[in-house]
Amino acid sequence: MSSTELASRPAPPSAWHMYRAMVGVGVFCGLLIVSVFQVTRPIIEHNKAEALKKAIFHVLPDASTSGTYRLNDAGGFEVLEGEGVGEQLVYAGYDEKQELVGLAVQAQGMGYQDVIGLIYGYSFAEDAIVGVQVLESKETPGLGDKIETDPAFLENFERLDVSLVDDLSEMANPIVPVKHGAKTNPWEVDGITGATISSVAIAEILNRSAQYWTPRIRNHLDDFRREE
Amino acid sequence: MAASTKSSTDEFIKGLWKENPVFVQVLGMCPVLAVSNTAMNALAMGLATAFVLIMSNVVVSSLRSFIPKQVRIATYILIIATFVTVVDYLIQAVSLDLYKALGAFISLIVVNCLILGRAEAFASKNTVARSMMDGLGMGIGFAFALFCLGAVREILGSGSLFGAQLFHDSFQNWVVMILPSGGFFTLAAWLLLFNWLEQRKAKKNKKEKTDALSLTKETA
Repeated sequence: MSSTELASRPAPPSAWHMYRAMVGVGVFCGLLIVSVFQVTRPIIEHNKAEALKKAIFHVLPDASTSGTYRLNDAGGFEVLEGEGVGEQLVYAGYDEKQELVGLAVQAQGMGYQDVIGLIYGYSFAEDAIVGVQVLESKETPGLGDKIETDPAFLENFERLDVSLVDDLSEMANPIVPVKHGAKTNPWEVDGITGATISSVAIAEILNRSAQYWTPRIRNHLDDFRREE
Repeated sequence: MAASTKSSTDEFIKGLWKENPVFVQVLGMCPVLAVSNTAMNALAMGLATAFVLIMSNVVVSSLRSFIPKQVRIATYILIIATFVTVVDYLIQAVSLDLYKALGAFISLIVVNCLILGRAEAFASKNTVARSMMDGLGMGIGFAFALFCLGAVREILGSGSLFGAQLFHDSFQNWVVMILPSGGFFTLAAWLLLFNWLEQRKAKKNKKEKTDALSLTKETA
């Protein structure tokens, strides 16, 4: 590089100018993000609570009000007070006469792409799962996401048997996935052709969660009764 | 590129058609291919990107004499990332379902080369008003292109538009159209159409020129 070229180049800005630009923009951006976060947080939390509530009433069609319970150390259930972060929660659904109609339970497990999160309704009268709604899934659009839309698949969960053995210690039959069209027993989940992994994943998530929750819930049914 | 001398209406219009970011400049392909499986997702993604583009263009152009050249890229990314975070919260506040559908792609607006490209090539050298027109044109052009892709893919892949069923039950959905490969097919078809239009126009111009030339020769 010749000396004339060097002379013609503008002097580099001082470090102060660079600091000023970066710190100034950083502070401005930080303030903007914090204020937007503050404004939208109550709305977002309200949206999430609404979505969960809608899901609870979707999987427990007979319920008109609901209450949140947590699993306590003694293995029983008590009404949740406060935030319930890190607690194991179930949602009890009641009809208009304040009679317990069932419980909604959240469960999750690995699908084909990523974790599938769902909520299901467990009815005591039917001794069965009476509704399932997927809350969170990234399954392949058009194939794996049929777990949310395929009518034949959703029919499985109108009454999926989860009855317990006589001493209420475990489930009489595990929930098992079968090939499409091969369902013969009420505890089997009829799969989806073209979405085998996703539909099997749903059955396994339900099985694992039901094996854990149904004996616990049935042995402490009185915990959920509302006093008149 | 020096400061533009076009009128601000031209700045706006060029992004819509002549320099359309997707069909002509082929920029920002990641969201174009990934989120255009339904018309609704495509439109929402396009509008979110347009918002970020306009806001970052305005801020970059108003700070253009304040930001030294050496730290410009880092500063632009900071500004763009801020507006993307803002959009992320806004979409969550508006609709959780939409947020679920767009998923990880909202955060990826940060690295959309269209936005950094406009900040670097245009906003850093032009006035705030011009930069806003440029961002508006490019943003709407981008949203329009995404919508074109999303609509075709949804109609062929799911037999519906904005979730409303269009065909009789006997219509067999082309599942491939909503899979990633369908994005490439549809984009290719649109690019073909745009290039064909461009070539036809160029041919017409050339013919007019030669016609005019032979006419002047004859009179001479």
